[in-house]
Amino acid sequence: MKIHIKNGRLIDPKHGVDGQHDLYIAAGKVVGIGEAPAGFVANQSIDASGLIVCPGLVDLSARLREPGYEYKATLESEMRAAAAGGVTSLVCPPDTEPVLDEPGLVEMLKHRAKQLNLAHVYPLGALTRQLAGAQLTEMSELTEAGCVGFSQADVAITDTLVLWRALQYAATFDFTVWLRPEDPYLAKSGVAHDGEIAARLGLRGIPAAAETLALEIIIRLVRETGARVHVCRLSTAESVSLLRQAKQQGLPISADVAAHYLHLTEFDIGFFDANCHLKPPLRTQRDQQALCAGLADGTIDALCSDHAPVDDDAKLLPFAEAEVGATGLELLLPLTVKWAQDRQLALSTAIASITSRPAAIIGLDAGHLALGAVADVCVFDPAQYRRIEAKSLISQGKNTPFIGMELPGVVRYTLLQGQLVHQA
Amino acid sequence: MHNPQLNKDGKLKHLLSIEGLPRAILNQILDTAESFTGVSEREVKKVPLLRGKTVCNIFFENSTRTRTTFEIAAKRLSADVLNLNVSTSSQSKGETILDTVDNLTAMHADMFVVRHSQSGAAHLIARHVAPHVHVVNAGDGRHAHPTQGLLDMFTIRRYKPDMHNLRVAIIGDVLHSRVARSEIHALTTLGVPEVRVIAPKTLLPQDVEKLGVQVYHDMRAGLKDVDVVMMLRLQNERMSGSLLPSAQEYFKCFGLTQEKLALAKPDAIVMHPGPMNRGVEIDSAVADGMQSVILPQVTYGIAVRMAVMSILAGSNDA
Repeated sequence: MKIHIKNGRLIDPKHGVDGQHDLYIAAGKVVGIGEAPAGFVANQSIDASGLIVCPGLVDLSARLREPGYEYKATLESEMRAAAAGGVTSLVCPPDTEPVLDEPGLVEMLKHRAKQLNLAHVYPLGALTRQLAGAQLTEMSELTEAGCVGFSQADVAITDTLVLWRALQYAATFDFTVWLRPEDPYLAKSGVAHDGEIAARLGLRGIPAAAETLALEIIIRLVRETGARVHVCRLSTAESVSLLRQAKQQGLPISADVAAHYLHLTEFDIGFFDANCHLKPPLRTQRDQQALCAGLADGTIDALCSDHAPVDDDAKLLPFAEAEVGATGLELLLPLTVKWAQDRQLALSTAIASITSRPAAIIGLDAGHLALGAVADVCVFDPAQYRRIEAKSLISQGKNTPFIGMELPGVVRYTLLQGQLVHQA
Repeated sequence: MHNPQLNKDGKLKHLLSIEGLPRAILNQILDTAESFTGVSEREVKKVPLLRGKTVCNIFFENSTRTRTTFEIAAKRLSADVLNLNVSTSSQSKGETILDTVDNLTAMHADMFVVRHSQSGAAHLIARHVAPHVHVVNAGDGRHAHPTQGLLDMFTIRRYKPDMHNLRVAIIGDVLHSRVARSEIHALTTLGVPEVRVIAPKTLLPQDVEKLGVQVYHDMRAGLKDVDVVMMLRLQNERMSGSLLPSAQEYFKCFGLTQEKLALAKPDAIVMHPGPMNRGVEIDSAVADGMQSVILPQVTYGIAVRMAVMSILAGSNDA
């Protein structure tokens, strides 16, 4: 299959490309940029006039809910959602049922994903068995089975000695440990930022210190053990400063933020909107500003969807009892485009945070479109707006705070290894 | 943002929280309550305003006192009353709040009076019910207890009619108190210029001053020259642990005694939403003393709840 994507604006942040260039694809790879290779005859040509052609998105956090939670979503439904969102590579956390703590489970997941062939799936293995924070998993075996790192998902390790040793062990093999910084005691039973809205609505608060305290411990342990750590889902301004200092000291630490936190604050909870029940909690406008700035200046490496499809019934409960999470795969690109618009950022800077930069974190040769690169491509209309509606979302999760909002950026084509997996 | 408590004509459709209600509606409720105070003293203690209507008291959390006053209020309005104590066990059998509400709606209830241990439960139900059904929040978690807030305002207005010239202190466990939140919003909405909260830092929400109150940690300073003293209940399980060391120390620092009350204005009134912990948050001599209006609060509670229910029933969209 040979594809010619013509008349589009090609944005490939990794190589500093941003201009009118045609893209030529053959045998799943990029074979020509700007001009066709000799003898190239396209089987299909895509007219990308007025559209942007960029690398397929790399999402560092998407829950596919398999195995174990098929009533919330299935691998197939969520991979179709990924394709519809222009996401071609996604990392999934290990908090499935059973937990991804055995190589067999990881192999099965990889195999199922491969069969569906709608996106590349990169699982994170559990850092500790059952995520229980006591016994280490077989990290080496899990890596052979296809894990790209090790994570505790949303379960914090309470025993600091276990965390220390987990980092030492991971550092032995140069594996990356993914941690969401949260002190389990300060965050216990909390459901909203410990601030004005929690005070008004009578919701249990999670102070910003729950995150910063845990982050300080992680940074200290990175310094002690030399382990490579990726900190996930930052939510506070103070975390951005801590991270900036740690990076200045040359520590092997990277970070991401989820797209919601660039656009929403605690005030969006409004009258107990359970779609805003997220972890970490939505915080203040000051935090939001700092996260946006930190992502723009590269302190925060990547932007992810933190996709978490939840069935409707689980959201039809009082705020604190409603299940945490929001659907995100199909909103990642629109929210990135909106972020660029709102903050007047170059689109290529914004796109880097969902392509080349996250790819670098998992050490992946993806998220770029150099000659010879795998032809994972997203073609989208940056000027078109789409109203986010439950019925038009392909993901089985319809839960998002952005329901009813008009967002810019509509994905027209998604190519996975040179194959069209989505067209709209 | 759309106010879920008002219908498109700006009339009260549900009573979920004091926050967000205009002053005119609060005054309407209080004035209507005034007209109902006589009903309870008559030989025939009934008016026909809710005749033929079914009021359903759904209590997901136990309460004798509040449920009883709602029941009396509904009956004095001639409504049929259905009481439902949804024990936590039947909830754990898998029936959700909305299942329960749907079942009762199928039995043609016109009004739900709801108490639940989770903040936001009443909002959830109000979003879900059929358009003709009204929801009254009888307490949701730590969030709101609007009829308590209103009856407290009714009581204050009776004793201190000039709300624009008052200094009010709310004392105790504001953090866990839905009553405190409703009182604060009611007082600020009705134009009380100075609302103080007095509590140790462990019993105050973060950023509480953003609700429009002044924060005091020293009870003596906080009580100085106030006109109204509103005590809050301290739950047993919070008396010793990481929030407070002991009930004794709490009483010493934040309990209301005659000696501390003497710092307030001489004609200050003392209120408590009940049930009281005598010797923990309030000394018996004060609770039963000349300045206490704690029992009148209970009496007024019925008139205020009648007012709320009659106004809601009158707001049906044509």
